Parts: sequence; structure tokens; C-alpha cells
Amino acid sequence: MTNESPKPSKPLNRRQFITGVMKTACGVGLFGLGLGLYSQRASSLPAWAIRPPGAIPEDDFNGACIRCGLCVRDCPFDMLHLAKLGEEVPTGTPYFIAREAGCEMCEDIPCVAACPTNALDHALEDILDADMGLAVLIDQENCIAVQGLRCEVCFNICPVRNAALTLDMQHNTRSGKHARFIPVVHSDHCTGCGKCEEACILDEAAIKVLPRHLAKGKLGAHYRLGWEQKRQAGEALVTPDVEHRYNLPEGMRYEHGGQGLIDESAPGQPESPFPGDPLETLNRKGAL
Amino acid sequence: MKDFPGDTASAEHGWLKAHKWLLLRRFSQIGVLALFLAGPLAGVWIVTGNLSASMTLGVLPLTDPLLLAQSMLSGAWPVLSGAIGALIVLVFYALVGGRVFCSWVCPVNLVTDLAAWLGRRFDIRAAGRLSRDLRYWILALVLFFPLVTGVIVWEYLNPVSMAHRGLIFGLGWAWTILVAVLLYDLLIVRRGWCGHLCPVGAFYSLVGMRAAVRVSAEGRSRCDDCTDCFHICPEPQVIKPALKGAARGRGPIITDLNCTNCGRCIDVCSKRVFRFRMGDRRPIEVPVELPDAQSHRVRTHPFS
Repeated sequence: MTNESPKPSKPLNRRQFITGVMKTACGVGLFGLGLGLYSQRASSLPAWAIRPPGAIPEDDFNGACIRCGLCVRDCPFDMLHLAKLGEEVPTGTPYFIAREAGCEMCEDIPCVAACPTNALDHALEDILDADMGLAVLIDQENCIAVQGLRCEVCFNICPVRNAALTLDMQHNTRSGKHARFIPVVHSDHCTGCGKCEEACILDEAAIKVLPRHLAKGKLGAHYRLGWEQKRQAGEALVTPDVEHRYNLPEGMRYEHGGQGLIDESAPGQPESPFPGDPLETLNRKGAL
Repeated sequence: MKDFPGDTASAEHGWLKAHKWLLLRRFSQIGVLALFLAGPLAGVWIVTGNLSASMTLGVLPLTDPLLLAQSMLSGAWPVLSGAIGALIVLVFYALVGGRVFCSWVCPVNLVTDLAAWLGRRFDIRAAGRLSRDLRYWILALVLFFPLVTGVIVWEYLNPVSMAHRGLIFGLGWAWTILVAVLLYDLLIVRRGWCGHLCPVGAFYSLVGMRAAVRVSAEGRSRCDDCTDCFHICPEPQVIKPALKGAARGRGPIITDLNCTNCGRCIDVCSKRVFRFRMGDRRPIEVPVELPDAQSHRVRTHPFS
């Protein structure tokens, strides 16, 4: 293409030409191998770095993103960063750190609108469909709601409150008379915006946004939940249920709801087979 | 001390005239950077993004076509604004000369020009030799990577985007790459990065294959063989066919793909041999050069 050799008039013979091409190919190949291996290492995203809404799966993202930073600039809350060389995040790609500033979930999603390459997928039109990660109440020992204290900060700041994050009222066994309001994340509604992690009042957040593949377990493909199958089919798929019967004395039945054994022969108050005075039982002779 | 390229021109035509295109070029390079930096530094958001893709005043999208090509090779489909941006860039450089990007816009040029200046100033001769075609091999590699690995691997090294992105969004360790380029150019291979390896320049050289703006050695009959232009030129191999090709019937227009249209040859020539030409891609013969009036118009192949 260009006249590089100092004496372009001197013709190359075939041997020199082939040797030259082979040398160059080997050099470029080695360089490419090094760069390729380095890029494999450099392409992994640490769990604390969260991609902007609409980001396509990480493997594809590193191919689609051209590292222009337009999403960073168009974020009205200025919470996105562009990774610098030397950071753990692939160089030049956008991310945010939930603990520093979570995504405010703008309805018009300006970061996605700014992306020139669909690395942030323009098919995302409703920010509630965003999937940046999944919040997990990862420290269930230090979360003060679990200690039985009132907090609910994560619940109150959640932009999808009552769907993505609900409070589960449980009995406080420590005091015996109070309730605990445990934050529970629902993966089908959580967008991974990270506001809960940002707002957590602990020194180190007890609730954290993780990449979905780290946060979620997966049931074996062969598992079938009997009650789900039954609900879908409208009836049991195996042998029809036989109503369970206790072998009870005549005129008696058992109530699972808490009442226990009921003597249907005697109207009104069910009569206990045990005497009212425990001492009488203890003193009784013979088999019970 | 050795005569510095351009000293004679400065003496004969004045310093300003002997640095006209250099000053304009620095103005362009720094102006582009300033437009990008006005936002983050002064809050004046004229241009957002960086050289990889940018948006000017919210209406003009510009996209690096090489990067977009890599993105598409990895399997991504660009948004309309991204594709239009790339098209605008392609058309612009196809007209003004592909490697105008290198000499008038690219921030790495400031580094490699510094290396070249230091080399001349302190008479440091980088002895390394590389083929100037190596850049086309690397360009092929750069395009091959996203196709096979699905990752824009080049962006983990690319000094062009590292430098520009770094200045605007935070440098991190990107300065080490720029220092490496500087030292490599200064000590290992003269004009080693931009002139031998950079696949971005290689890509733009192909874009500008049929460019309208060219440097022409129209006054080549006045050439007194001072070699200042060869010493100052970042791609000296492009000059010879045009400057010394009269005897072989070659036209005076520099048609080599890798002429960056930097205009330094115009500056440093005390005989005012060179000037920019517009429009006419066909090399023309200046009558004085052929006293026998055999004005056969010869068209040189762009790949000469």
C-alpha cells in the first residue's frame, strides 16, 4: 500500500516476501493473543458495579458499548460513572454504585435515549421493566428490622414500594409481645435501582443490589411443585386425594384449626377425656 | 547546530507564515478538546460525550465509524442517531481527507508531535524499523476481535479514545499509555505510533481514499532539495512520488492514502513548493515542469 522500503525499486523475491509476511503475521498474532487474553480478564464486571437501566447482558454489553459516555452526561442526577483505566470495571463503560447513589428511575429514561448503539436497549420503554440487578437483604443479622426495631427506610424509599419491597410482619420471639417488620424483596418487581442500598441506615448496608445471577437461586428443571400443578390442572394429577381420617372413638372428630378433639355426641362444650384436676390423673392407678 | 526544518522558511517568510498550518492545526485540536471540556469544566454544554460518539447542541450526532463497526460486528444493532452520526463522520473525512482526523482532531497527535519535536530538538534518533503496513494488519485484528469474541477488545488499549475519554471523564491510568506512546515514538520507532501501528489512522486512510482536499507540490520545479519537508513530515514516504515524480510523469498531487493533510510541508518549505488543492483529484501537470510541452496527463493510482 505504501512505499516503505528505502529502495522501492529493488524487487522482493518470493522468499523474502513470504518471510516478511510470515514475520508480520506472527508479530500481529502474538500481539493479538496478548490483547485478547488481557481483554478476557478486563471484561469482568465486579458485583458492586451496576449497569444503567436497559443494559443488555454483560457479555453482549462489552461488545455493543462504544464507551462514549453519552448516558453519563444525559443522566439528570449525575450518578453514572465512566470507568477509568485501572478500575475494576471494563475501561470506558458506564456503571453506578448503589451505595453512593442509586438510579432515580426517570420515566423518560434519558440514559437509554442517549445511547447510540443499543448497548442500553432502546426497547426498554417503561422504567419499571428495568432490570439492573436484584436487591437482597443480605445481612439478616444486622438489619435492625430483624432485631425487632422499627426502621423501614428501605421500604419507604423503594420506588416500587409494596410490590418490589414489602414488609412481612412476624412475631418477635425475643420480647414475646412485639412485631418485627421484615423487608422482603420480590424479584419479579425489583428493578435493582439501588435506592434501598443507598438509604440503608447501617454503616454497611444490610440490603444490597446484586447482579441477578448472583442473587437468585434456581430450582432444578425436574422439580414440580405439587400444589402448583394441582392449581393449574384444577385437580390432583396423581391418585385422587383421600380424605384423611383419624381412628377416633365413635362420635368424635379432630379439628386441625386448633380446637383439637371434638366430641360431637355431647352438644356444647367439648368434653376433655382428661379430668379437670391433673392430680387426679397422676394419682390414678393402672394404665392411662 | 543542525539546521532545524523550517528555519529557512521562517527566515525568508517570517515565523508566522512558516507556522501557519501548524497553528491552525493546534487551534483545531485544542478547539475540539475545548468544546468537549467546556461542559465538564465550565458547565457550558455544547458537546457531550467524547470522540467515540458525541451530541452537539442536542441535534448533531457524531459517531466514530470504526467503533460503530466493531460494535456491529459484535452483534449489536445501532440506533438511528448513532448510524447517522457515523455516516456524517464518514462523508466528512471522505471529502477532506481521511487522515485529517489524525492531524487536526486526534489528541494523540499532540503527544506524537511532541515526541517528533523532542527527537529533532535533541537529535534523538529512534533506530527501530517497522513496516508502515503493519497498521492495516492491526486494523484487521481490531475488526476480527469483536466478530469472534463479542467484545470490543481494541478499546482496552486504544490510546486515541483513552486519551480523549480520559481528559473528559477522568484519566485514571490512561496517562501511562500516552507516556508509553511518547517514549516509543521518541526512542524506539520514529513516528512509530501514528505512522506505523495505529489502526484508527489506518481506517481513516481508507475512508479518505478519494478525498477532494489534497496537498499538491505544484511548485516542485522550485525545489532546492533542502529535505525540510521530508524531515518534518509524519509520513515522509508520501511526498516523494509527488515532489520528485515529474521525470516519471507523475502529477504533483500527493495521492498517498496516508498523507494526513497536516500542511507542515507547506509551512516549512522556503520555496513555497506545496499548497492545498481542492476539488480536482486528478494530478495536473504544471506546464513549466515539462519544457517539451508533452503535457500527458497521468493519473496516479491512489495505492501507489
